[in-house]
Amino acid sequence: MALDVETLRKDFPLLSRVVNGRPIVYLDSAATALQPRAVLAAMDQYYEQTHANVHRGVYATAEEATNRYESARVTVGRFVGAPDPAREVVFTKNATEALNLVVGSWGRANLSRGDAVLLTTMEHHANLVPWLMLSEQLGLELRYLEVDGQGRLDLSSLEHALEGVKVVAVSAMSNVLGTINPLRHIADAAHAAGAIVVADGAQSVPHLPVDVQDLGVDFLAFSGHKMLGPTGIGALWGRAELLDAMPPFLGGGGMILDVRLDRFLPAESPQRFEAGTPPIAEAVGFGAAVEYLETVGMEAIRAHERELTAYALDAVEERLGGDCTVFGPPAGEDRGGVLSLAFRGVHPHDLAQVLDQYGVCVRPGHHCAKPLMRVLGVSATARASLGLYNDERDVDTLIEGLAEAGRLFA
Amino acid sequence: MADLEDLYREIILDHYRSPRNRGELESPPAHRVEGFNPLCGDEVVVTMVVEDGKLADIKFAGTGCSISQSSASLMSSAVKGKPLDEVHGLIRTFKSMMSIHEAALADEQGEPAPVDVRKIGELAALQGVVKFPVRIKCATLSWNALSQGLDELAAASAG
Repeated sequence: MALDVETLRKDFPLLSRVVNGRPIVYLDSAATALQPRAVLAAMDQYYEQTHANVHRGVYATAEEATNRYESARVTVGRFVGAPDPAREVVFTKNATEALNLVVGSWGRANLSRGDAVLLTTMEHHANLVPWLMLSEQLGLELRYLEVDGQGRLDLSSLEHALEGVKVVAVSAMSNVLGTINPLRHIADAAHAAGAIVVADGAQSVPHLPVDVQDLGVDFLAFSGHKMLGPTGIGALWGRAELLDAMPPFLGGGGMILDVRLDRFLPAESPQRFEAGTPPIAEAVGFGAAVEYLETVGMEAIRAHERELTAYALDAVEERLGGDCTVFGPPAGEDRGGVLSLAFRGVHPHDLAQVLDQYGVCVRPGHHCAKPLMRVLGVSATARASLGLYNDERDVDTLIEGLAEAGRLFA
Repeated sequence: MADLEDLYREIILDHYRSPRNRGELESPPAHRVEGFNPLCGDEVVVTMVVEDGKLADIKFAGTGCSISQSSASLMSSAVKGKPLDEVHGLIRTFKSMMSIHEAALADEQGEPAPVDVRKIGELAALQGVVKFPVRIKCATLSWNALSQGLDELAAASAG
């Protein structure tokens, strides 16, 4: 069941690049993942053989395009365990737009002044700013679950925090700490309190087996490009009964049953939420990415990344000692492959600059989680994030570069 | 590693490890300006006192990478106590040194590059930054804050 990384790496053209005279060491999959040839080929093949607009034409290629777009929807929905993928998966631009859809449609229709929303201090801005924007208009009470010293959510007062809450919006896996949050536990408590649960799966869906029915959430947002697919496409899974009761998000072609000069009748979900020509080739690529992940196997991917995360955490401690801190929980069941580093005396920007000379791609900055940076007491971190195509050599090169940065700034 | 040494010259590392004029002047009477680099979350606070047509005192505070911190330190050393016209001249020189586009334009027109490194002393250590375009904003952060502060003071005294 172990991953044959050596063979699998050959599927990713970008991994054969040389930067600054060194083979590229790609450790930025939490920002965006690389694409296997199968994804690129599926999109090329679609444009070369099929391309037409969806849902309206009757000619052969138009019907094919519609079929390929809709079958990608089913492939993506099944991947996250959607009971009725053809109805419950809305294609969006990315996870950010999926979350904005929930806030702008469900939130606007179901929340009013004074209603309570429960968030966490580890949220990505994508699952925070839309709620702040809605609150500016409606006047909501925003509550936050705190992060403890090990980078886990403090759930000791969950039931108290849930009193009177209408919706809980929580990350399935932190893009800074790598923490995999106990969604089932949170969802059960939220439902008992009468709240629905919106999960940001941008980091979890690409790296763990995810089943919306096992998690018990009501909405799950995720992005194609973080899971080996192209940019420009993401997905929102939602419970059919919730989606059916939601007003449209964007207006335009493709989302209506009928239009008069003084009114319109919206289409059913998911078309109701997909105004305008959708990203068709991107959906085809997204579907191909999911098929690639399924062929490799999500259990195997998770096992590989978990092992590599443990290797990396040990390597940092053994070879860099007290100079380097990695935020987040220790290796284990609830730890994903995201390593946010702080290095004594070296700013993350400088770390990333030195690592670039080694061909190592990491990301310095606040990772769109400024409130969490304040909790951690830093202005920024340097983040190395793992993917199925990374191996121990990649981690070794990272450590080599970090040690060099330490020497340079000592 | 030739390129990295171009960026992280010894003078830069020295000013990063032992920054000059670090801290905040009491404001008021000093004029205070904050600068942000949204790219990396860096923040700089520049406090300055102008007296008798001179930049009598200046300090900088905040957090940032070696480039932003050393640039602020080098700036404060270069401009402290200087007449304002000289300070403005240094700001112009520094900004054109950080502007690849402007330097390229000057070359095309057959004019000499606008920066005479002999006149800017230690500041020349920051020249290597232009080879790393992502880092230019780090280097110019404190200079923009100084420039903004001087403009605000001039506008206030004119008004």
